[in-house]
Amino acid sequence: MLGIEDKWVALAYLLCIGSTLLCVVYGWLNWNRGGDEIKQEDVRWAAEEDKAEEKL
Amino acid sequence: MFFAEVNLPDIIVVLLYVFATAYLGYLGYRGTKTTSDYLVAGRKVHPFVMSLSYGATFISTSAIVGFGGVAGLFGMSLLWLTFCNIFVGIFIAFIFLGEPTRRIGHRLDAHTFPELLGRRYQSTFIQVFAGLVIALFMPLYGSAVLIGGTEFITTAFGMDYNAALLIFAVLVATYVFFGGLKGVMYTDALQGVIMFAGMAILIIYTYVKVGGLVSGHQMLSDLKDLTPPTLTAIGHQGWTAMPQFGFGETKYNLWWIVVSTIVMGVGIGVLAQPQLAVRFMTVKSKRELNRAVGIGGVFILAMTGVAFTTGALSNAYFALHGPLFQGRVLKMVNADKQHALLQVMKKSPSGEWMDAIKETSKDGKALTNYVAAVKTDGDGKWLSVAKSTNELGVVREGVVIPAVLDKAQPFLPDAVGPNQPAQGRSISIVYAKGNSDQIIPTYIRLAMPKWFGLVFLLTLLAAAMSTLSSQFHTLGTAAGRDVFEKLFGGKTGGNSNRTIYIVRIAILLGLVLAVAVGYYAKKEQAVVSIIARATAIFFGLCASTFLPAFVGGIYSRRMTKAGAIASMLVGFCVSTFWLAFVKVPECTVIGLVKKSILATAPNWPVVDPLFIALPLSLLTVVVVSSFTRKSDEAHLDICFSSNKKNNETKI
Repeated sequence: MLGIEDKWVALAYLLCIGSTLLCVVYGWLNWNRGGDEIKQEDVRWAAEEDKAEEKL
Repeated sequence: MFFAEVNLPDIIVVLLYVFATAYLGYLGYRGTKTTSDYLVAGRKVHPFVMSLSYGATFISTSAIVGFGGVAGLFGMSLLWLTFCNIFVGIFIAFIFLGEPTRRIGHRLDAHTFPELLGRRYQSTFIQVFAGLVIALFMPLYGSAVLIGGTEFITTAFGMDYNAALLIFAVLVATYVFFGGLKGVMYTDALQGVIMFAGMAILIIYTYVKVGGLVSGHQMLSDLKDLTPPTLTAIGHQGWTAMPQFGFGETKYNLWWIVVSTIVMGVGIGVLAQPQLAVRFMTVKSKRELNRAVGIGGVFILAMTGVAFTTGALSNAYFALHGPLFQGRVLKMVNADKQHALLQVMKKSPSGEWMDAIKETSKDGKALTNYVAAVKTDGDGKWLSVAKSTNELGVVREGVVIPAVLDKAQPFLPDAVGPNQPAQGRSISIVYAKGNSDQIIPTYIRLAMPKWFGLVFLLTLLAAAMSTLSSQFHTLGTAAGRDVFEKLFGGKTGGNSNRTIYIVRIAILLGLVLAVAVGYYAKKEQAVVSIIARATAIFFGLCASTFLPAFVGGIYSRRMTKAGAIASMLVGFCVSTFWLAFVKVPECTVIGLVKKSILATAPNWPVVDPLFIALPLSLLTVVVVSSFTRKSDEAHLDICFSSNKKNNETKI
């Protein structure tokens, strides 16, 4: 298949493309899902992260 | 060497690239810089920028040069790793691990991977132990990226390996110590765009040069009778076939190398990578993770998918367009396809044909190559070079290569007595002088236009830099925040000046260690590239030690502190034991044993530690957690309760 001798390698080739398409379709379908609110815990975490980075 | 032949358009392309990178870096520094800055300021960053910066940080010279070269040697079976990279490393990781990691990390105010584990299980031991494992073993992964860049520099500038390693290490040290630890999103994203464009050009150019997609694959399939005997002996069945599967005989070794070490070791190991887990915490929301899945999948396909396909197809390219070797046909392997074994010969200044000879040490390392006068029989016919071994065990033999004879002129017109010199092209590993890490750099140098080679070089170096800085950032925080502050810092978090000192020392030592590994690795070059091995060791070790405790910790309330500690200890001890006493060639390089303790049991010495350690570590966590005490409910509620229950205020 596709000039590839072994069906297991051909399967890997197709699965690479298939899983990429799966990712794209998932990303597209869920583009606006999952919430985008920033909570206090997130802001607190980010402020602390900045402090930790400053140490470096 | 590129530099000898560079012209004005090449210089313009490179300068444009450098200026664009510098300008975007300046913009990044002037405005908001890091992901946390975006979070604090509540600003929005386009998911393309976020995903590309993520991809550029995590895909480095290790994946492209190291594993691409392994594909050039072993073939397209490595595409199973690309599938794992996309399906496990992106789809599963982003969808199933991303959000719980982000949420629990933020709720517990964890800023490093060891801190996440330590706080989830309320255990200082877990944080310190995880920090130590990362600080001690990260240099190994760092060395893989360092070697990848070094191999490219040696090819591009015709430089000595050790000199290139040193120069690259100084560049990295300068970059890391002068503030390069913070990821600047827009420069990372530009690198991502350039890498994407570069890889797209690479695959299109490669397919065009080998006659198209199906024809190119077919041509690669047709080369299988040119597989070197050392590889067929361990189960190589051609570049478009899986290695021979089975257990209990040497001829199955390659299957276990490809599947257990390369595909599973790295493909599954990615789930417990400290840098990856920390990146999930820097993402603003689940929505951003959802958006990043599609872009991440395409990016990984463009990186490892292209690198592995190109690596394998480079064999077909070289067989069609590679520089010609001249010599005499020792044996026609396939007369229809003009496949032959060629004793390489060179003409002396006086016009005489000389045999190319190579010397190899008794443990298989290449020593010297030279030419010697051809011996003839009574009729003047050239004799094959007799293989001999001296008293030191040094093997002397002729340089014999698999070759596809040149279609236009398979035999040279100037016959010498009864002898007819021939000419042909060979496979990638021959052009890379037996070093799979050199396959991609050699292919880029010989096959691609000069300007592309230069941009690709800069891109790879930039990609290596961004990955290295993130590796050393993780190493530094593990040593400073997770080990030093936890052990000696007291409840207040310790003296920050002393922590900074520890972090810097740790980074410097890590860098020195990475360079040392890079230096000695060159001397211990084995069948599979050192880049791939070092990466696989680190990924496998992380998975065996951290994966059950990490995944269980973010998903299950039933996971106990004792279960996590036992699982981490079992995973780490079994992995290191397997590496030090069983796995070949790692055990002989470590030096505690002269040969694998399972040397007489075929295949076991090439089974990856992950195959043994991960199931045991998983079993341990389940068994120990089932009869030990859970964390207190209040803590588990903070980790797992829904947002409404937690009564968080939205801003």
